[in-house]
Amino acid sequence: MFKLDEKPRVFLEEFRVKNAPDDYGMADEKWDFKKFTKKFRIVIVRMDKWEMEFDLIGLQPAFANAFRRLMLSEVPSMAIEKVMIRNNTSIIQDEILAHRLGLIPLKADPRLFEYRLEGESEASEFDTLEYSLKVKCTAKSQNKDTFKPEDLYENHNVYSSQIKWQPVGNQASIHKEQDVGPVHGDILLSKMRPGHELDLQLVAVKGIGKDHAKFSPVATATYRLLPEVTLTRKVSGSDANLLQSCFSPGVISIDSEGCAFVKDARYDICSRNVFRYDSIKDAVILSRIRDHFIFNVESVGALPPHIIFIEAVKILRNKCKTLLEELNKI
Amino acid sequence: MEFSKKLSEWDNGKGLREPVKALEDKWKLVPSFLEVKGLVKQHIDSFNYFINVEIKKIVQANEKLFCESDPLFYLKYLNAYVGTPDLEEGFNITKPTTPHECRLRDLTYSAPITVDIEYIRGNQRVIKNKQLIGRMPLMLRSSNCVLTNKSDFELSQLDECPHDPGGYFIIRGQEKVILIQEQLSKNRMIVDEFKGAVQCQVTSSTHEKKTRTNVILKNGKYVLRHNALSDDIPIAVAFKAMGICSDQEIMQLIGTDDKTIKKMAPCIMDCHNLKIYTQTQALAYIGHKLKLKRYPSAAGKVKTPIDEARELLATTILAHVPVDNFNFYVKAIYLAIMVRRVIEAETNKVAIDDPDYYGNKRLELAGSLLALMFEDLFKRFNWELKSIAEKIIPKVKAAPFDIVKHMRPDLISNGLFTAISTGNWTIKRFKMERHGVTQVLSRLSYISALGMMTRVNSQFEKTRKVSGPRSLQPSQWGMLCPSDTPEGEGCGLVKNLALMTHITTECSEEPILRLACNAGVEDVRILGGEEINHPANYIVFLNGNILGVTRQYKKLIKIFRMFRRRGLISAFISIYPNHNQRTVYICSDGGRLCRPYIIVEKGLPLVKQKHINELKRHLRKFQDFLNDGMIEYLDVNEENDSYIATVEADIDPYVTTHLEIEPFTILGVCAGLVPYPHHNQSPRNTYQCAMGKQAMGTIGYNQKNRIDSLMYNLVYPQCPMVKTRTIELTNFDKLPAGQNATVAVMSYSGYDIEDALILNRASIDRGYGRCLVYKNAKTTMKRYSNQTSDRILGPSRDATTGKVIKAHDILDTDGIASPGEMVENRQVLINKQMPPANVTPVAQGQIQQIEYKDVPVTYKGPVESYVEKVMVSSNADEACLIKMLLRQTRIPEIGDKFSSRHGQKGVTGLIVQQEDMPFNDRGICPDMIMNPHGFPSRMTVGKTIELLAGKAGLMEGKFHYGTAFGGSKVKDVCKELEKHGYNYQGKDIFYSGLTGEPLEAYIYSGPVYYQKLKHMVQDKMHARARGPRARRHLRCVRPPGQSLLVPRVSLVRAGRERRDAVRVQAALPGAGFNEHSAATYS
Repeated sequence: MFKLDEKPRVFLEEFRVKNAPDDYGMADEKWDFKKFTKKFRIVIVRMDKWEMEFDLIGLQPAFANAFRRLMLSEVPSMAIEKVMIRNNTSIIQDEILAHRLGLIPLKADPRLFEYRLEGESEASEFDTLEYSLKVKCTAKSQNKDTFKPEDLYENHNVYSSQIKWQPVGNQASIHKEQDVGPVHGDILLSKMRPGHELDLQLVAVKGIGKDHAKFSPVATATYRLLPEVTLTRKVSGSDANLLQSCFSPGVISIDSEGCAFVKDARYDICSRNVFRYDSIKDAVILSRIRDHFIFNVESVGALPPHIIFIEAVKILRNKCKTLLEELNKI
Repeated sequence: MEFSKKLSEWDNGKGLREPVKALEDKWKLVPSFLEVKGLVKQHIDSFNYFINVEIKKIVQANEKLFCESDPLFYLKYLNAYVGTPDLEEGFNITKPTTPHECRLRDLTYSAPITVDIEYIRGNQRVIKNKQLIGRMPLMLRSSNCVLTNKSDFELSQLDECPHDPGGYFIIRGQEKVILIQEQLSKNRMIVDEFKGAVQCQVTSSTHEKKTRTNVILKNGKYVLRHNALSDDIPIAVAFKAMGICSDQEIMQLIGTDDKTIKKMAPCIMDCHNLKIYTQTQALAYIGHKLKLKRYPSAAGKVKTPIDEARELLATTILAHVPVDNFNFYVKAIYLAIMVRRVIEAETNKVAIDDPDYYGNKRLELAGSLLALMFEDLFKRFNWELKSIAEKIIPKVKAAPFDIVKHMRPDLISNGLFTAISTGNWTIKRFKMERHGVTQVLSRLSYISALGMMTRVNSQFEKTRKVSGPRSLQPSQWGMLCPSDTPEGEGCGLVKNLALMTHITTECSEEPILRLACNAGVEDVRILGGEEINHPANYIVFLNGNILGVTRQYKKLIKIFRMFRRRGLISAFISIYPNHNQRTVYICSDGGRLCRPYIIVEKGLPLVKQKHINELKRHLRKFQDFLNDGMIEYLDVNEENDSYIATVEADIDPYVTTHLEIEPFTILGVCAGLVPYPHHNQSPRNTYQCAMGKQAMGTIGYNQKNRIDSLMYNLVYPQCPMVKTRTIELTNFDKLPAGQNATVAVMSYSGYDIEDALILNRASIDRGYGRCLVYKNAKTTMKRYSNQTSDRILGPSRDATTGKVIKAHDILDTDGIASPGEMVENRQVLINKQMPPANVTPVAQGQIQQIEYKDVPVTYKGPVESYVEKVMVSSNADEACLIKMLLRQTRIPEIGDKFSSRHGQKGVTGLIVQQEDMPFNDRGICPDMIMNPHGFPSRMTVGKTIELLAGKAGLMEGKFHYGTAFGGSKVKDVCKELEKHGYNYQGKDIFYSGLTGEPLEAYIYSGPVYYQKLKHMVQDKMHARARGPRARRHLRCVRPPGQSLLVPRVSLVRAGRERRDAVRVQAALPGAGFNEHSAATYS
């Protein structure tokens, strides 16, 4: 019988996900800090301004999940919360326009701002960013023999780049326009025709994803377990090619003798299509390593992804602190 | 023949020839067909026929008007016209109008009916052209409508949606549809069994009369029964009254075989017992059985009973059979055939007609209904003119009597307008009284409007619990949608047309008559009974009337079909034999259901691949296929005489006559939205047909210009990922009503029992299921006869503070709320005031102090709205009309109803934060979680396939098709999924959002098109501060001293699913739940 090593695993069977027979999950395991520090590793695989892939190895799923959840819903970011409509003669309704504006990601770094308290009516330079959007669509007089709207009208499309920042108080000396404006300038907000006009005052505040998805700093933050493909017997010839086609490209390679071997299972998508074919069904064990989390954080643009993760860790630490404080009070 | 039979036995009808190749893209014929005969073309065709042809015929039939007090006076109608739509802006000033203007200003979209007349004024003959006699409500997109033959751009300039089907009327600002009415065919013999007795019934219908004649077997004798007769007439007496006096002649007409003679003997005996031998005696007998006329004719011409009986026989009994100069021979033959049918049906039950059979049905459309109404009104109009003339002419007058001055167009206009706006079709002449003929066009969604245009209403009483007319008739195949019918009382009685159905309009009998004579039909008038009933002869009927007799019926049929395919006679004429009755029926009447088919000759369809290719390159149109005799229309009766192959492979070279164009066209508009309906349990498709009409989405490109009393719009509607051909044909993809939600089929929490859905909070935050609800507020400012009028005042101010009072907060200085304002409950929208009724008019220049009464238009509703726009205009009575559009934006909440396209409705049971939602390897969280228990009992396999195909489509970046009886195959879809690295079954590994660990089961997930239905929790909330009023009466019953407290009950109305959702809430303590108290149900 084929023997796997000691790593904790879940097995991907044809019809279900099954834990290893002697594995009861790490939830029952006693927390041992020394053991944890010995095992725990973070490996950053890929990182740029927008996206980061990194591995958390040797961690309980509760922790990994806590980070994921915090990034989605509790790491703050800035978003437009209030829209003062002075004039809107476009065809888009006030509420819908406000909703669209709210969803625009802003570059403003939320760490530089405070939460605006609920009852507070006055905007202060520490908790609020103000913008204005003033667009008027007009007809271009020339170009009679064209039907393209871009030739006929001025401002027939309103884009997020037309939003202008208006510093409150001392903000102009602290921030720069390119640091607080919309992340993307090409978000279409509304379409207009001559006579339509928008005159809006936008107020952005700091908030968290729990209140509204627009405050979430990530497009998504997710993880998956490290896939593992194990071949239990030799697979060669046409079966090898078939096997290769059942996995994502680069997972299975074929050596010079025509035998399949597992090259790198990391980027396998775990489609389990290998179970379709009776001839090779028994040759593989599909499993995933239970304490190896491959995180993927896609930032919306305000904060770089690694900062978002660090912020999430900080939030968890603060939560723990609060809990401990509360416990100590008892 | 013999050889081919042998051959077919030898090779099982297949072997020797190569299989017929399937025509690729044959479905392209369907859009091509719809281009010419659009979905509402039957309405428009019928109305066009009415305003262009039939109205002239009606006026011609009633062309002369005489006056008894002046024999020289006459009025003659020379011609009649229906003009183009306009508005009357004062005396003789008109202005062209558009449908949208009429909708907004509560006007009627109508055109003047003008006539050319010739009449006597004084003693001069005067011809007057274009004299207005009334106004005709115009059907949108009919030949006289401003919208016909306009490009999309021109339509948009008229504020009209290019996808709007038209086919309805606008009466006082309301869109009204005249539903298609289904009824038994007129002028046809129908043999049925009534309370055990066999009878042959004919409902005759001519322009003058509508009567019913029965031949019934009563006590072993055949009798004639008619409403105008007080008693049944023995059949032999009837024959004698028609001039067939000898018993031998009677028997020859009916049949001379032993069986018939035996059955007829008592009847003949009866006649002898009554001592009736001559025509005069027979007529006298009938004359004494006449029902007394309530109104004896005015002229005081008293007729003898014999004359009256003769008159009755000629004009009332079997009224549709023409009688020239009291020559009853043809009518006698007709009556004899009726008797023969009864005799035949007594022993042979097959000869009994099925009244539910669709060949025996006719569909009445707007045109014919309006024609009935117009004729009635026109007759009344003339009668009124006549009585005026009779009253005025004898008087001494200064100016010569000019009848034109007494023509009041109001009579006809108002008659037509009220008929359409109330839906009551009352025509006293025919004792016709129908209710609910028209309905308000439902503008809930584009599909509901379109579905309404194809609706067929049955004349049956809805309360009757009979199954016959309600069940699906095999002859409905291809003509009426098998899925689209409501549940409950209207089930099976209200039907919908299938995609390619066309309803015929009447075409002229003249050319058919000529052709039939040339093709060897002999006139019955020159033949005796023996010849007519000879076994080798076939009797030919044209629209229910005897045309003649032929010996070579096969040749006759062949010639007719050939002429029709060549386009020498109308394409909608049908001809078919009935071998049991030895008759050939030719039909050219209106209201028959028909449908195009590809003609198959010698085992090969005449439409070849090259023709389809030409069609694809727009070198050929549907009409060309008709002209070239490759496609023809078959009505239900002829369809049943044909051998139609569903697909090319089914073609049998020896018998097949036609080939179906596309099988999916047997479904209607609503059922066509369902992807993979052939994989679903049939009631599910029926449920979806009902629900598709409640789905909110886009109702038209002009929706923002409309001010409807209620309108639901989706904020971000999407085209479904899995389309069908019908969706493209009906433009549903351009005016969609729903969104593609990523669905995970799994259990979650327990808030998902009984079809409840779990929604993702983040999806909602990002705009999923968001909708706009529009309502309107309107008022008119009337002017009263006492020179006072309503007025609007600016906002009132508080006497002490000088501030505008709260109720008037949003009013502009003109007293009307301005656009963009938020209105709350009880705030005033229009600050209108009304003068009291008892003010007496004063002389001009004087100012009168009047105490005005406040009659403000206030906003009611627990949730605030926004004023979107205000319209100030005038209506038909020249009164100022103010309309206001109010808007609410609604976000999905617990209890809102959603439905997929497979009759799987459910309410939102819980809204879950994104981080609590399960997620897959790619980080995708579902928008919606659906409980898998919804599948086993519902058997909506189509939904699972939709999910799979949708998912593959996302990967590939294309739309998959789930067209009925076709569409993308599961095998190919799975292959596509596999290609993109997904599990071929569509099941993915999901992680729990709560624990972070992988779920034990693989989760079936992917996009499914979900519709948001109009039922929302917010509208279902009804509460009142006090208990039922009726309780107060109890006080008298109670013993004194015990006072009764009116309990403070709040009532929540809820549907079943919603109730369950609420129960779930109540069952779990601590669930965030505030709006509805669980105690309501305890």
